[in-house]
Amino acid sequence: MKFVDEFRDAAAVRMVIDSIRALTTRPWTIMEVCGGQTHTIVRYGLDELLPDQISLVHGPGCPVCVTPIEMIDAAIALARRREVALCSFGDMLRVPGSSGDLFDAQAAGAEVRIVYSPLDALELARRLTGREVVFLAVGFETTAPTTAMAVHQAATLKIPNFSIISAHVRVPPAIAAILASPHNRVQSFLAAGHVCTIMGVEEYRPIVEKFRVPIVVTGFEPVDLVQGVAMCVRQLEEGRAELENQYARSVRSEGNLAAKKLIEEVFVPVDRRWRGLDTLPNSGLALRERYAAFDALRRFGLAPSSAPERTECRAGEVLRGLLKPPECPAFGKSCTPEHPLGAPMVSSEGACAAYLRSGRFAASPQSK
Amino acid sequence: MTDKLPSAGSCPIDAPRDEVVVLGHGSGGRLTAELVNRVFLPALSNPILDRLEDAAGIALGGTRIVFSTDAFVVKPLRFPGGDIGSLAVNGTINDLAVMGGQPVGLSAAFILEEGFAIEDLRDFTRSMRAAADRAGVAIVAADTKVVDHGKADGLYIATSGIGIVSDELCLGPEQIKPGDALLVSGPVGDHGIAVMSAREGFEFQTALVSDSAPLNGLVSSMLASGGSIRCMRDPTRGGLATILNELARSGGAEIVVEDARVPVRDAVRAACEILGLDPFYVACEGTMVAIVADEDEGRVLGAMREHPLGAQACRIGTVTATGKPRVLLHTAFGTTRYLEQLSGSQLPRIC
Repeated sequence: MKFVDEFRDAAAVRMVIDSIRALTTRPWTIMEVCGGQTHTIVRYGLDELLPDQISLVHGPGCPVCVTPIEMIDAAIALARRREVALCSFGDMLRVPGSSGDLFDAQAAGAEVRIVYSPLDALELARRLTGREVVFLAVGFETTAPTTAMAVHQAATLKIPNFSIISAHVRVPPAIAAILASPHNRVQSFLAAGHVCTIMGVEEYRPIVEKFRVPIVVTGFEPVDLVQGVAMCVRQLEEGRAELENQYARSVRSEGNLAAKKLIEEVFVPVDRRWRGLDTLPNSGLALRERYAAFDALRRFGLAPSSAPERTECRAGEVLRGLLKPPECPAFGKSCTPEHPLGAPMVSSEGACAAYLRSGRFAASPQSK
Repeated sequence: MTDKLPSAGSCPIDAPRDEVVVLGHGSGGRLTAELVNRVFLPALSNPILDRLEDAAGIALGGTRIVFSTDAFVVKPLRFPGGDIGSLAVNGTINDLAVMGGQPVGLSAAFILEEGFAIEDLRDFTRSMRAAADRAGVAIVAADTKVVDHGKADGLYIATSGIGIVSDELCLGPEQIKPGDALLVSGPVGDHGIAVMSAREGFEFQTALVSDSAPLNGLVSSMLASGGSIRCMRDPTRGGLATILNELARSGGAEIVVEDARVPVRDAVRAACEILGLDPFYVACEGTMVAIVADEDEGRVLGAMREHPLGAQACRIGTVTATGKPRVLLHTAFGTTRYLEQLSGSQLPRIC
């Protein structure tokens, strides 16, 4: 398959791994903040190929995983209303709220639908004129433009029965929060290539400068990831802290201007609570006042009340890179993909699910 | 399943989920296994059913038969390369075939929704006839029920079948030995992706067609090759990964799969990339896996490749040990990981 196979080439990966070995003189901790990257690392066992001194930790890179419990509760409450058809991406439906998930609501009679794009939800609203179609919008800056497009179109076409719960979040505030923590042990970041394809790279420069930390914008295929790690290690070993772009085949410095303009038109950054983390300033995207009519929470007069997290789930520590999934006492025992305690066990981009699905609950198979 | 389930007391979110059936219970993965182990087996347990094979092996006097039943609820009813009618026939034939049974007769039960077009029903029954003729078997019994409008998705079909097994044939996961070769008859994942491409809401078009086909002819050729075949399976729901985990568990075998050797069509790989699916978990309906003695690999593969349904047959792995039921995947990068069983439905990733 063109444009994929060349970035999964085993010989190319081995060559880069050899260069990392030659570069590395000291232990370094590098974090990726993208569930797609976590998935590739675990699926291909790339972390096993790296020298022992390089530790890869997995950050809050799964938008499904960081969606706060009160938003899921609100979505479930809306789904249970007879006039509502609730739509979201597949992963979202199994994330546990305070009691049950959206699949449970569906099994109890609620109309819950998987869509692949917010525009599909809008199309559904145009067809189901008698029903209220609510889209639970999750995702980083990568998916925000399509949600913005759906809202913008709904406004232009005056679609009265479409609204969204905006759980969109922004990556840079999360990276800044991790670096500002006194417990931080991350020395360098792989920034998510697709987020930067939309947003460009410049919003990471202040973080690089303030925290003196190398950030490398990186793609998603095995060759991309090991190259990104190599670029981080080279900077760390040379004592540099710069913003670099490994994923230049997709990421332009200024990003996708049309998509950025659309986000800017529809959304405004707000403080947002992240599941497992705290409230991070300017980390969420809410609808601007002129699009408030499409805010499902307002339309149905729902005020999300903060719900307590389950203490047994230590997703917060996993998302900050303080705990590897198998180190959590619940991992694979009381917390499994069938019965998840927290979102990282649900989404295939969640670190816990990625580890469990690839059998990382025991020592690596090779060591046995 | 040896996994200890958390008690309802320690895990409050279990309670609502456990009270009702969710779609994931039909995925063929772990949730399905849970349902079987916690509901069906406790009530229905007997030595034949407990083997949980594709078809039940029963001795009738001096004759060994295999007996299987399967329900079909595919949506949409027509998809590239087939429809619910041919699928219902092929599905049951394949369950018999991989147990070594030559099908001798099928039954079909139709659950029809009020308002379903008779012309469509005619189409699907014609398609069943054509599939049965292709496999050289007759549909010898049938039943019809009609339910109220809105109580079914147009048409459901359940088929059952009986096959005859030759006396000397000895197939089963317990026959698996270290060193055995793991073979697959062709590319995996065609059916699942072909059906998804025809579903409402998917706007990708592909020339891909379902692999839905009767495997009994291919199995006959394999058995006639004289090679020592330990067991066979057709990876339907849950795909290749799920069926290999079942074989590993019931045969107590450690199976190592070479990632790069598993044939997957480019169209399937591309669709899986877009949808965030893993082709190893996508259903096949006319492709099979076989575990054969290492020294007979060439002989069995040769027989498979001479049959149209096995033209792309190849070896994808090896049984490396017994007593350690697990499936490992060797990646092209030289790393090894477990190939896990699917949990519930395979959910598409979002970005």
